[in-house]
Amino acid sequence: MTEEANEQEAARDAANWAKSVSRLNVSQMPEGATGINVSGKRLASPIQGFGKMWQKTYQVRLPGDRIAPIDLVALWKQRFPDFWPAGNHFYGPLTGIAPGEVALIEGTLPGGLKLSTGVLVLYADEESFTLMTPEGHVFAGWITFSAAEQGEETVAQAQVLMRASDPIFEIGMMLGGHRQENSFWDETLRNLAAHFDVADAMVDTAVVCVDERRQWSRWTNVWHSSAIRSTLYLLSTPFRALARVFRRDRGTG
Amino acid sequence: MTEANATFDIRRSGQAGLLDVHGDVTAGSEHVLMSAYDQLGDARAVVLNFNGLSYMNSGGIGLLVTLLVRAQRHSKPLMAYGLSDHYRQIFELTRLDEAIGIHDDEQAALRAAGAI
Repeated sequence: MTEEANEQEAARDAANWAKSVSRLNVSQMPEGATGINVSGKRLASPIQGFGKMWQKTYQVRLPGDRIAPIDLVALWKQRFPDFWPAGNHFYGPLTGIAPGEVALIEGTLPGGLKLSTGVLVLYADEESFTLMTPEGHVFAGWITFSAAEQGEETVAQAQVLMRASDPIFEIGMMLGGHRQENSFWDETLRNLAAHFDVADAMVDTAVVCVDERRQWSRWTNVWHSSAIRSTLYLLSTPFRALARVFRRDRGTG
Repeated sequence: MTEANATFDIRRSGQAGLLDVHGDVTAGSEHVLMSAYDQLGDARAVVLNFNGLSYMNSGGIGLLVTLLVRAQRHSKPLMAYGLSDHYRQIFELTRLDEAIGIHDDEQAALRAAGAI
């Protein structure tokens, strides 16, 4: 294949990928989101993470006559936050999931710890879309959501490829984080199935440890930890409120 | 969940094993890619030639991460060449370029692999 032909072929998927960015930028702050731990952060693939590398695949089967794979992915992109378990908020673009968009997340960790973070829509086409995490997220990696026809069924899938970002999150994942993540995507897929009137859908989960080794040289990722930074942000709320009062007084005085 | 639509031709150059990528690299390419990697046997470095790449989605990028882990486990550096500007940008975006050495041509990749 010539170089020119290669470039023409590349255009086939060019619109599906996010444009290259060195650091994330949050252009609009949705009401209810703190927006911390996202702006100015670099993306982090599993290569940049700390913990063991895992591939987790969650699948739910729907009757093919209720929804075709392409229609399912279109709906999932459009209404992605609607299927998330209660207590977690995904502030995506109003127009739905699209390559290059940054979405903010307000979540809850085991123990009730509040966490502010976000994701970049790395890739999106008619059959799938992928969200990639920034530095400081619980894990470094991405999640791909897709749908495919298998026999007379439409199979919706969420697949995570990840390493815990830092040693603290790795310990957290071992002490219930993995279980919570499995429950999270299990519930998400059951909510998706319920939308198509499939009650009590069974979610198949397959977990593979891709790499048993931890990347100890990445322990410094803890500097970006969204858990630590979210906690500090929460603890500093009274001081920020005081600072606002002083600024207002100075403005009117 | 997708079917394989890529082939990986195997070559040897000195102590390096080369995989010529053709077609669409997606998650469905896992079996053919890993099988091709296994056939490289005792090659001390692995060089991916992307000149024949038609298309790659995020599943394909995930597959390269998995290949990288396998290569690292066997202490084999992973190199790439023949990437279009578009895919070079994707390697940078996903930060794969920090672990997979990207080169302009085969000679440069083989030199970096210590094969020539």
